[in-house]
Formats: sequence, structure tokens, C-alpha cells
Amino acid sequence: MSSVAAKSIEPLVSVDTSDVAGTGKSTEPAKHLPKFVTQNVDVHYGAKQALKDVTIDIFEKQVTALIGPSGCGKSTFIRCLNRMNDIIDICKVSGSILLDGKDIYAREMDVVHLRARVGMVFQKPNPFPKSVFENVAYGPRIHSIARDKTDLEQIVHTSLEKAGLLNEVKDRLHEPGTGLSGGQQQRLCIARAIAVDPDVILMDEPCSALDPIATAKIEELIDELCENYTIVIVTHSMQQAARVSQRTGFFHLGLLVECGETEQIFTNPHDERTQGYITGRFG
Amino acid sequence: MPSKHIVKSFDDELNKLDNAIAKMGGLAEHQLAEAIEALVHRDIEKAAMVTAADKFIDQLESEIDHDAVTLLARRQPMAADLRSVIAALKASGIIERIGDYAKNMAKRTIALAEVPPMPPTASVARLGRLTQQMFKDVLDAYSERDSEKADLVRARDQEVDALYMSVFRELLTYMMEDPRNITPCTHLLFVAKNIERIGDHATNIAEHIHYVVCGEMPTDERRKGDNSSFAVIEPKDR
Repeated sequence: MSSVAAKSIEPLVSVDTSDVAGTGKSTEPAKHLPKFVTQNVDVHYGAKQALKDVTIDIFEKQVTALIGPSGCGKSTFIRCLNRMNDIIDICKVSGSILLDGKDIYAREMDVVHLRARVGMVFQKPNPFPKSVFENVAYGPRIHSIARDKTDLEQIVHTSLEKAGLLNEVKDRLHEPGTGLSGGQQQRLCIARAIAVDPDVILMDEPCSALDPIATAKIEELIDELCENYTIVIVTHSMQQAARVSQRTGFFHLGLLVECGETEQIFTNPHDERTQGYITGRFG
Repeated sequence: MPSKHIVKSFDDELNKLDNAIAKMGGLAEHQLAEAIEALVHRDIEKAAMVTAADKFIDQLESEIDHDAVTLLARRQPMAADLRSVIAALKASGIIERIGDYAKNMAKRTIALAEVPPMPPTASVARLGRLTQQMFKDVLDAYSERDSEKADLVRARDQEVDALYMSVFRELLTYMMEDPRNITPCTHLLFVAKNIERIGDHATNIAEHIHYVVCGEMPTDERRKGDNSSFAVIEPKDR
């Protein structure tokens, strides 16, 4: 009896050990790797310091929400991630921001290429004054991503489909993008960002100009997109952060006060300031 | 939390919820005290009053549930506020149950008054008072948001369990002594069991207080002193 039991256990044991040997040291399944690693990021606008010593990891294929009161630096921070702050003369960024291990502020970094990899969607939908089709086709065209006309059409269709907009606009692809509703325009902007096949999508309050239905559609889209993209979203709506994100960071007066699993931040924040902000108390 | 919400009515609503729990808890504690009194003094009238008054606790429970759901829907509370509302919802359910136990004790008191008094009644009453004090302390800890006090109450459930165990044995002995004791002793056994359950429920409230204050349920396994589920007592002359 005991020998039978020992025999049946044996293969299990041997499989177990070989598995450990095969995967190296860690037996944990590889989950989410950091996409962005930022360390000690300071941002100055002239003499005014907007960000102080921000160190945060942003994990790939996850939604990271950044919350905090107005002027706390959260928008400034995501603008650092695709060097949007470069266009502001008095803005000075220091510290290190690595995208897949490479310093995005390095001299040899191609900023145009960086902004294709790290797309951005803004608070107010800002489609180009062109047709729906051209709005989406613009990026692939300037980055010469499409091989030919058919390929370009394919890219436009897939992007619109991924942005959940194709069914609504398939009969009006050549009408102006600005003629769509606010929510549709915002999804058009997301389609435009997706068209160049980015790794990361930054969203700066993408729903604050939208009604609840359009907001829900964007949130549904964010859920779908995070399977393939890393998403960083700045939002003033705590409920939105709680709904869409896996991780949440709280900014206050230029500091990253606390960052953690969204559930933990909204049920049991460790910092008093986070607690005060999310429960709507005087800080 | 010491500081107040920017929206003042939010504070008012949270306070209202806490006050309702305090009121409901006070009522249930009074019911328990009265049920013990009625048991000791074989007071049928008092027992009937306890039975009748249970509906007020039930009413408060549905008010609290309604207020908590409204608060969740309208305010979407977060962090400590969220925990506070969830705890109120849970606590109201628990207190309602405690009220039911007190009511059941009162009903059994009415039955017990029809048969001769049994000496173990005193032990059951002692168990009742111990539990009542525990329940009172947990309610205080709730309104003071005192997790240390709550943790102490939680630890005290072991005393209740131990005393229940001894009452259980005492009652069994009486039943073995004379089969005529079986009816009153069975009722007393149920009363004792009700009380022991109240102790468990008080412990649950203590755990929710810990959750409200610390953000997580207590992780250590609570030691249990009630082994009566495993107890077998054989008649001696067998």
C-alpha cells in the first residue's frame, strides 16, 4: 500500500523540482513588468517646482490612475512620459525616466518616435479638421507604417474597431471628424493614438468633457485596451480611478504621496493625505 | 477621523448611521438584560414585554439598512468612510440577530415558568450577565472607534465559551439525575446556547470595529473555548 502511494507521489515530486530548476530562481508566474521606471523626477517651471522627487513604476498592460487635487502635478507628470513638456521653454525635467529600460531623455532618443510609442489623449477631444478616415490615417502615414493604400485602410479600420467606433462611423468615414459627438470624437482620438501601434497610451482626463454614457464607453474601451497597451490615466473622478485602474497613485503638492493597488488605495490608504483627499475632507 | 468632510451633510449622514447603531445596540442590550431578569425571576410579564419589543430592533435595522444603502448610492464613500458604512450594515444585521436571541430567551422563560424552578438557572443567568457586559463593551468600542477595546472584547469570548461549557455539563447532569428535569433543562440549554451565540456575535462586531479602524479584519485565529459540539457524557452506571 505504502509503496503504491510512494510511486504515485514520485512523478509529482520530480515534476515539481524540474519546474523550479527550469524557471530559475523564481517560481512565481511572471505578471506585469514595469514599462516605465521613473526615479527622483523633479520638474521646474522656471523657479517654481511642479514635481518633487517622483519615483514610480508603471507596469505594462495595466491601467495606472493618477489622482490628486488641481495643480498637484499629475498632468505635469504624464507629460514627462512622452516629453510633451519639451515644448514648454521654461520647463526643466531632471531625474531618470526609463521606458523599457531606456532613458527617454537621452540625447539619442528620437522624440517623434517616442511620441508614437507613447500616445496621448487629452481632456477635450481634439480631432484634426479632417475626415474621420484622415484623422486616423495621419499617424501611420507620417510614420510610414502602412505599406500601401490597402494596408492603410486596414489599419484605419482596425484602429476604429479597437476604439469601439467603427460601427458608428463606417458609413461616414469621409465626413469631418469634428462633426462627431463629443464621446465619438474622444474615441476617434483614441483610435488615432492606437493607429501608430503604441506601447503606452496616456490619458489626461479623457472623460471630463463627456456625459455618463460616453464616459462608460471610454471606460469599457480602457478595460479592453489594457490587454494590449499600458495605460496611464489622469482623472479627477475618484470613482473613475477606482473603476478602471489596477494601480492608483495619489499626487499632492508635487509629491507622489502614495501609490499602490487600487483596491488598497480606496479601501485602506496608508497616508493621511490620501485618506483626506479621497474621502472628501479638508487636507 | 478627526477632520470633517467638505460637504457637511455627508458628516451628518455618517453620524446618523453611527447614532442609529448606538441606539439599536442599546435597545438590544436592554432586551438581553430584561430577558435575563425575566428568566431569573420567572417574570412572565417582563418576558412578554421583551418578546413584544423585538419589533423595534427590527425596525431600526431596516432604517439603518435603508440609510446605509442611500449613503452608498449618493455619496460613494471611500476608505475609512466606506469601511464605516459597511461595518454599520454588518453590525445592524448582527444586533438584529442578538435581539432575536433575547426574544427567544424570553419565550422560553414563559415555558420555564410553568415547571418548578431549576438550580442551574443561576448559572445560565451568570453566563447571561457576562455576555451582556461583553456586548455592552463592544458597543462602547464601536461608538468610540476603539480597536484595542474591541480586540479585548474579542478575547473575552473564550470566557463565555468556557462558562457555557460548564453550564452545558451542569444541565446534562440534572437531566441524567431525573428525567422530569429534561424539559426545563432543555429549555435552559437553548437559553444558554442563545447567550453563547450572542457572545460570538459580539465578537463579530469587535472584528468589524477592528476593520473600521485598521482597514483589515483581525488575522489571528481566535481561540475557542466551546467544545460542547464534541462532548459525550455517558450515564455512570452503564
